[in-house]
Amino acid sequence: MASQEILREEPSRGSFINDPKVRGIVFQAVVVIVLVALVWWIVQNTIDNLTRLRIASGFGFLRGRAGFDISDSAIAYSSDSTYGRAILVGFVNTLIVAFAGIVTATIIGFILGVGRLSHNWLIRKICMVYVEVFRNIPPLLVIFFWYSGVLSVLPPPRESINLPFSSFLNQRGFYFPRAVWGEGSWLILVALLLGIAMAWFVARKARQRQMATGQQFPVFWTSAALIIGLPLLAYALSGFPLSFDYPKQSTFNLTGGFQVKPEFLSLYLALSFYTAAFIAEIVRAGIMGVSKGQTEAAGALGLRPGSILRLVVIPQAMRIVIPPLTSQYLNLTKNSSLAIAIGYPDLTATTGTVLNQTGQAIECVLIMMVVYLALSLLTSAVMNVINARMALVER
Amino acid sequence: MQEHDLSFVRVEMALAQSAPASERGLGAWIRKNLIASTGDTILTIIGIVLVAMILPQLISWAFINAQWTGADRTFCATVAQGGIQPDGWSGACWAFVNAKFGQFMFGRYPIDERWRPILVAILFVALLVPLLIPKVPRKGLNAILFFGALPIFAFILLVGGVFGLPHVETPLWGGLLVTLTLSFVGIAVSLPLGIVLALGRRSKMPIVKMLCVIFIETVRGIPLITVLFMASVMLPLFLPAGVSFDKFLRALIGVSLFAAAYMAEVVRGGLQAIPKGQYEGADSLGLGYWQKMGLIVLPQALKLVIPGIVNTFIGMFKDTSLVSIISMFDLLGVVKQNFNDPNWATPQTARSGLVFAAFVFWLFCFGMSRYSMFTERRLDTGHKR
Repeated sequence: MASQEILREEPSRGSFINDPKVRGIVFQAVVVIVLVALVWWIVQNTIDNLTRLRIASGFGFLRGRAGFDISDSAIAYSSDSTYGRAILVGFVNTLIVAFAGIVTATIIGFILGVGRLSHNWLIRKICMVYVEVFRNIPPLLVIFFWYSGVLSVLPPPRESINLPFSSFLNQRGFYFPRAVWGEGSWLILVALLLGIAMAWFVARKARQRQMATGQQFPVFWTSAALIIGLPLLAYALSGFPLSFDYPKQSTFNLTGGFQVKPEFLSLYLALSFYTAAFIAEIVRAGIMGVSKGQTEAAGALGLRPGSILRLVVIPQAMRIVIPPLTSQYLNLTKNSSLAIAIGYPDLTATTGTVLNQTGQAIECVLIMMVVYLALSLLTSAVMNVINARMALVER
Repeated sequence: MQEHDLSFVRVEMALAQSAPASERGLGAWIRKNLIASTGDTILTIIGIVLVAMILPQLISWAFINAQWTGADRTFCATVAQGGIQPDGWSGACWAFVNAKFGQFMFGRYPIDERWRPILVAILFVALLVPLLIPKVPRKGLNAILFFGALPIFAFILLVGGVFGLPHVETPLWGGLLVTLTLSFVGIAVSLPLGIVLALGRRSKMPIVKMLCVIFIETVRGIPLITVLFMASVMLPLFLPAGVSFDKFLRALIGVSLFAAAYMAEVVRGGLQAIPKGQYEGADSLGLGYWQKMGLIVLPQALKLVIPGIVNTFIGMFKDTSLVSIISMFDLLGVVKQNFNDPNWATPQTARSGLVFAAFVFWLFCFGMSRYSMFTERRLDTGHKR
């Protein structure tokens, strides 16, 4: 009994100062006090500064008239629109360039990544040189290179370079025919959606049948026929409503068609080419991460090389690839803010203009931060869902 | 005595025969690496066409047709553009880079005072090289000099204002000087700060952990431009009236904090990879928290994540180019500023200047990545699975 009592008393015998719990609480209390003091000091300074500069805080300024023009806007905007609308235009532009960049970078990156593992020496070396060059150069420099080095030294509109499908390239950007949807063209869209739905249904049924009976069904060709054939049929039935508005050369400029501004083009190309180098490395690591035994075992089961790649290697490689791929997508989205350097009106650029005009620094920076954070969280949420579907299902 | 029977025992080795002719030499290499199958041959042809399209043009632009010397734009412009080159000429204008080289390196740093950054650069290299070569002894002293004495010395020398050195304001700094200063300070600040943040994120104290998570995730979720904006627009609002920071210092703070958040995640990856037994072993030896981390966990964790740390360094080195957007003139900023020089405005100027800047950035980044691969191999103790 006596020894037990001694044991029970033991913890309290150590010095009060040396107790990790007490130390933790004290340390955290100090941190909180310092932090609160710092924040209070900052808030006081800010309030002082704002009253001195006579800037009203709050988000009311968003309803004010913007009064500046935006060169490239996907939604209706004029200088009479509100500040809020201007920021929204920037946001939409960011989304457009980020989405287009992600798609292109993924395609180029996958080609390069597979190319770096090719048996072909020449292809391997070409891909390696590309990756090593672009990985080690700042993205901003790549953007400038496209903008000042390539696109702005193109010929003036009168001497436009002719490209196939009556598109043109000149100082003012890239022009290509715009599709004009006539009456009844909604039928085509409906047919396309119907085709996709039916293809999905066919694929599901075919899979069920293969699971049950082992018989295969040519899913790919059926789906292709459905997705391409149905809209074509609808196009013919509704009396060919689609026509094209071709860009035409007039005295000083090209008229008609769809114009892609050089700012967008250089940002989009630079982001795609730059990020592609990183995606290539990720894809290469992913494929190399699938052990050789998997390929050999699949071969021993009698699968053909194409099926081995499709059914065994790629599903496993994707598991390794997706998490770093997500962070590259996020990087691309964040790098799209470099648009401000060449005057493409993305979120950072328009919000920056609003900031300069209104002086509402805190609100504007807060908007920027919140939007980018939300975009990041959204992208990682989507990629997490894909990742969860791909992840190894272990017992 | 030798026994004679029907069995044959070879006493000497058969001479090695060379490989069959089909497996030897250039022909076999080509067959194996370039034309192994029909698909391979097609790929090779595509590759050759690609190289043939790009490489000769590139070489003739960068070397053969390039204009190496010259005093103004006429040397790099065609006759139609008011220069001396034949029409249709396309070549690099290295004369531009040549003429502006001093600016690209030092910005508007006064010409009479340029020996100061040069001296700092010489000392930097002289201290860095022995630090990087594993065989050179006295690493401790070297590190103290490099991370302790050099920054103080460099600060005194570059800023001046004491010991009879004229004061050089930071708005005059520019070019590679700014790029390297930003990167060096960023690296030196972000690594320790990142380690502290990573430890904080894995700490058992809830408030510390929460603060670290909020800081890391917020900074990682926003672009560096926003951080720099914040540093240049909002920081003055946060400080009492009259107190103002140097713009250069503001950019330094922004870049360092930004890199620290990324560094923290890299270090956290290393901390998570250390088996629990190591932590418990350290505890059972009676080591305190900082002893446990400093002597047992961090040395192993940091070694694991060297590639990640160097990647963050490379990323930060590249990111310093963004300060040109808040109108500071790092290497890229100075190059871009000089496009507008009417003395040199030709269609080739921008291209040449940017290729030069790209080459400088590439040299540094590629060097760092190769060195990290070398260190990784050297420190590889064979524990990796």
